[in-house]
Amino acid sequence: MIAQALLDGLVNGAVIGLGAVGVTLTYSILRFANFAHGELVSWGAYFAFLLNLALGSALLSLGAPIGPFSFGWSLPIALVGAVLLSATLALLVDWLLFGPLRRKGSAVIILVMASFGAALALRNLLEFLFSSAPLYFTNALQIAMRLPGGIRATPDQLLAIGIGLGLAVALHLFLTRTPTGRAMRAVAENPQLAGVAGIDVRRIVRTVWVLGAGLAAVAGTFSGLLVQIRPQMGLDLLLPLFAAAILGGIGSVPGAMIAGLIVGLGEAFAVRLVGAEWRAGVAFVVLVAVLLLRPQGLFGARRAA
Amino acid sequence: MILDLAAYLAFFLTVALSYAVITLGLNVQWGQTGLFNVGVAGFVAVGAYASALLTTPDAPDRFGGFGLPIIVGWAGAMLAAGLVSLAVGALTMRLRSDYLAIATFGVAVVVQLCALNLQTVTGGPFGIGFIPRPFTSFAGDPLLFSLANLALLALVVLALYLFLERLLSSPWGRVLRAIREDEAAATALGKPALRFRLQAFALGGAIMGLAGAAQAHFIGFIAPDNYLPTLTFQVWAMLIVGGSGNNRGAILGAVVVWALWALSGSVIGSVFPAGWQARAAALQIALIGVGLCAILLWRPRGILGERRIVSRHLVTAPKANPSLVNNTPPEIPHA
Repeated sequence: MIAQALLDGLVNGAVIGLGAVGVTLTYSILRFANFAHGELVSWGAYFAFLLNLALGSALLSLGAPIGPFSFGWSLPIALVGAVLLSATLALLVDWLLFGPLRRKGSAVIILVMASFGAALALRNLLEFLFSSAPLYFTNALQIAMRLPGGIRATPDQLLAIGIGLGLAVALHLFLTRTPTGRAMRAVAENPQLAGVAGIDVRRIVRTVWVLGAGLAAVAGTFSGLLVQIRPQMGLDLLLPLFAAAILGGIGSVPGAMIAGLIVGLGEAFAVRLVGAEWRAGVAFVVLVAVLLLRPQGLFGARRAA
Repeated sequence: MILDLAAYLAFFLTVALSYAVITLGLNVQWGQTGLFNVGVAGFVAVGAYASALLTTPDAPDRFGGFGLPIIVGWAGAMLAAGLVSLAVGALTMRLRSDYLAIATFGVAVVVQLCALNLQTVTGGPFGIGFIPRPFTSFAGDPLLFSLANLALLALVVLALYLFLERLLSSPWGRVLRAIREDEAAATALGKPALRFRLQAFALGGAIMGLAGAAQAHFIGFIAPDNYLPTLTFQVWAMLIVGGSGNNRGAILGAVVVWALWALSGSVIGSVFPAGWQARAAALQIALIGVGLCAILLWRPRGILGERRIVSRHLVTAPKANPSLVNNTPPEIPHA
């Protein structure tokens, strides 16, 4: 039973971790808590759903399941499209809203508030377009495999864990090994100084949005594949995302991924021990504990407040 | 016909004024002090449930129902919501300014969760009914009953307004603004910024609790669905439209936004077919979100805007110094 909760937690945690990596990037480089990040997750899932539906009905062969998975080649292709569309959406919102506010030199908290308004508009637009009824990528039932230790897992779940960890490692390498990654970290440290040193800060801002929104689309697609797609899915994920980003230490990509797994495991064990109805409280408990005990997070540098 | 209209108008204004109380509370936190609260609905709910538990008659299937007078319920609501605010503030106030926002968002989620799941205290998803309503002796005459309730709420808003205006121009209120504008300078003058912020946050929370109690006793029934994030968004829209930092603006904004909300609701209700009503309601909220962003971009001062000078010792100064009447929104220093 414990092993099963461990696996459920890792699957859920992979989705939270992918979202939290995006939150931690925007938080450290754009310097505000983006309340609209959950909506990028939802929009990503809907983009993938629509593209998958269109591809699957245009070319029936694309809808045929690949190997043990529940989806055909149409889904990976749709996912790529969803990543691009979500990134475009994030750039559009930045161009319309956050960019002008940054140029006016608005305080951090004005940006937070603007993100809150944007979240409201984006989420309810989804509900207007698709209604609040849940959607599913496939109606087929997937048979869980038996793993050693009496654990049951579907191939889709294992794939989510694998891709989540793989993307986190890839992003970490990108940030630490490439010139663009180093430039991003420089902007996180000090945007003025980075600009003086010849870094195009606006290009870095765009890169952050593309990466954050792309990862959010992946998280949304997996969440939709493993559970369901709803307009509220991003709102429900928002507190776990923030809790994980703060627990991991703002700015730390491996930290956000590991903390996402911790929050996911916490939720899975809470479901077993306390009851499923209290699941949403776990992220808050984690958040309060971090703020009380270690506000800089597990892997965060203690920055001048 | 005219009597119906008058009764509806009284009902409309009573609801609008109950929102005005919440908006005044938010104005203490955001407008005066620059503390961002994303969990307004949670604090309102704490007040509503506290008052309902204190004043409802004894119920066999859940905890409490103490049958106390309504005024005790209101006091209890302020105390409960104030204490929750104090705890959240103490947890996050030393940290970055947006950690408070995240924590208050969490509070709203957890309050909603408790309201739904602690059935023995909150009645679960069905909520608490039979909350005593003031002026039940007038209940036979709907118009008189509505007018009496309207008068009570108008009195609450007026008293609160006078109290907050007095407080705002007092040394305490001026310190709050000083801290919001330049924390380092205020601290250098010997004002403990942390303590003042905590006091302001707790005061604002207590006022939201009072509003929750007033609404609960006016309607007579509460359920978790009344305290969804939509409530938080509406109150924010009210404060931003009216002009944050200005108490009259907060009240005006509450009435204007509530009127727009009710009006657009009935327009959408008549334009969209029955199957689309739920979706149309979502469109209404989406428009509020866009409106909020548009105001932040183009008119951050709102309709009335903030009076920059509140001390009566400085009444002649504003025209002489253009920097005091500039167009900036309330800002707090980068934390």
